[in-house]
Amino acid sequence: MARIDLDLAHSYQAVVRSDDDYALLPLKITFEDGGAYALLGPSGCGKTTMLNIISGLVAASHGTVCFDGVDCTRATPQQRNIAQVFQFPVIYDTMTVGENLAFPLRNRRVPAAQVKERVGRIAEMLDLSGVLDQRAANLAADAKQKISLGRGLVRPDVSAVLFDEPLTVIDPHLKWELRRKLKQIHHELGLTLIYVTHDQVEAMTFADQVLVMARGRVVQQGTPAELFERPRHTFVGHFIGSPGMNLLPVERHPDGSLWLSGQVLSGGESLSLPTGSLILGIRPEYLRIVPQAQAGAVQAVVQRVRHIGTSQLVSARVGELDLKAHIGPDASAPAPGDEIHLALLDDHTCFYQNEELIA
Amino acid sequence: MSPTVKPVNQKAWWLILPVILCVSFSAIIPLMTVVNYSVQDILGPNQAVFVGTEWFASIMRDEDLHAALWRQLLFSGAVLALEIPLGVALALSMPAKGWRASAVLVIVSLSLLIPWNVVGTIWQIFGRTDIGLFGWALTQLGIDYSYVGDPLQAWLTVLLMDVWHWTPLVALLAYAGLQAIPQAYYQAASIDGASKWAVFRYIQLPKLRGVLMIAVLLRFMDSFMIYTEPFVLTGGGPGNSTTFLSQYLTQRAIGQFDMGPAAAFSLIYFLIILLFCFVLYNWMLRVGTGSTEAHHD
Repeated sequence: MARIDLDLAHSYQAVVRSDDDYALLPLKITFEDGGAYALLGPSGCGKTTMLNIISGLVAASHGTVCFDGVDCTRATPQQRNIAQVFQFPVIYDTMTVGENLAFPLRNRRVPAAQVKERVGRIAEMLDLSGVLDQRAANLAADAKQKISLGRGLVRPDVSAVLFDEPLTVIDPHLKWELRRKLKQIHHELGLTLIYVTHDQVEAMTFADQVLVMARGRVVQQGTPAELFERPRHTFVGHFIGSPGMNLLPVERHPDGSLWLSGQVLSGGESLSLPTGSLILGIRPEYLRIVPQAQAGAVQAVVQRVRHIGTSQLVSARVGELDLKAHIGPDASAPAPGDEIHLALLDDHTCFYQNEELIA
Repeated sequence: MSPTVKPVNQKAWWLILPVILCVSFSAIIPLMTVVNYSVQDILGPNQAVFVGTEWFASIMRDEDLHAALWRQLLFSGAVLALEIPLGVALALSMPAKGWRASAVLVIVSLSLLIPWNVVGTIWQIFGRTDIGLFGWALTQLGIDYSYVGDPLQAWLTVLLMDVWHWTPLVALLAYAGLQAIPQAYYQAASIDGASKWAVFRYIQLPKLRGVLMIAVLLRFMDSFMIYTEPFVLTGGGPGNSTTFLSQYLTQRAIGQFDMGPAAAFSLIYFLIILLFCFVLYNWMLRVGTGSTEAHHD
């Protein structure tokens, strides 16, 4: 177990000409000992690169990686004492399930009794006890991935366990169960876990701290609640949530009035905002339909209403802008074509300038 | 089960007729003439006596044949025992990508491009003690080397020639197999702290099973039918020390004109190869995993 400090940049190109050549732009991150972290972002944002730099499979082209303050930038995965689970199951075909799980321990000359104890414990956690003596090659894909997970977790003394989208090949109902298992293992063993995913639900349910990445940089690090409530970047607002945050261009005039698509947002005068073009962000969960015109509300026309199980999603139009609002599953929904009033200004409203949160 | 029987459509036979015709002319008819020879004693034109299994019985008791068969089995066994490990070792040490990979591939393949009788000629010169580098070097080392005089040395020279000629084939097959292993396996092994040997034993070797099976079968069949190279190099001598099965067969058929026994043995020869390949194939399918490919998903 270790605290991991990254202060680096990485490019796969030999010669770096512009920011586009970086897979990871210069960044500085600390992973605290015993934390559960998720690296969340779309494909190609650099999250797997960062994971491979932490594990030592890739050497950072610039900067350093420190484990507990010791520079490990050029150390191998073995020297760093890292465990890593990959996206697709990697199993040793000729071995049994038990031998697969024991492999990382046997390679490190752990005494046989201890190997047996650890393998037994991990197999029990992952429901593999019944198949320990079977050949791993004959099992289904999700069982194989459980073996891969088990090999990542079997060593008690690792600096950190890294997961690279480990549940991609797993059935949805098993995903929940395995994620819960991982959380439980995290609590029991107190390991540092770093989990790469492009699935926000996976990231938010697994991690204490989520790092949202886009185009080679970490745009926000925070708890799932922070990412939801106060996205520091419009990308985070848009990427997190289903659907993402409503991001609406507004204009702050020198006289203090706030304009959205030709309508004045009354109540906007009292906010301390710079003049000029801004973005107003409000989550569909916080966008309320109010009975009549009031301070901070705009008039909108309902486009359609979809019942999505846990709530109803109302799509409405203000001028050229599309807004989405969640209302309760049994609330009486407006009909398409209805004129409604949407309250845009309340505690949950965020304002952005140049994509960065300002208020 | 449905009680209705589908009407049988015989038209498909017309579609495979061309193939049947081609295979008949190229394989079945020549094979049948061999069968024909093997059960008759042909005394002259239109003078043939049906002898049943007599040729088979007599050839099976032939001492020279027994010697050639054992020589052949030993040779094929030695070929497999040397060329398969050497080929795998060669493949493992070849560069994986870049211009070096291309260059090494071309160099390694060179010996495969040489016609077989030329291989024999090359070694004939290579092994000469006066002008051949190999023979000269051995002589300089104090070894009394002569592939034409010493039966053991002749036999070893033929073996060495085959290893030189065909190990690259095994290497190329193994190299292709190694290239097909996903990088994630090596990454996982590195994370798991596997030694180089463990990577070979638990990742590379199991993943090479398929191509090695092909390599073993190819090298077995080919070496079991070896003819040209020893014929050119030693002519089967000294004595009979490098007379392998096909050369023995040719001597009987063409040299002594014993068409009956030669034909009988041709059929036995064919069956031996078939049997060995069948056994090797089934053994290699099972070894290592305890399963067949069909269980994979």
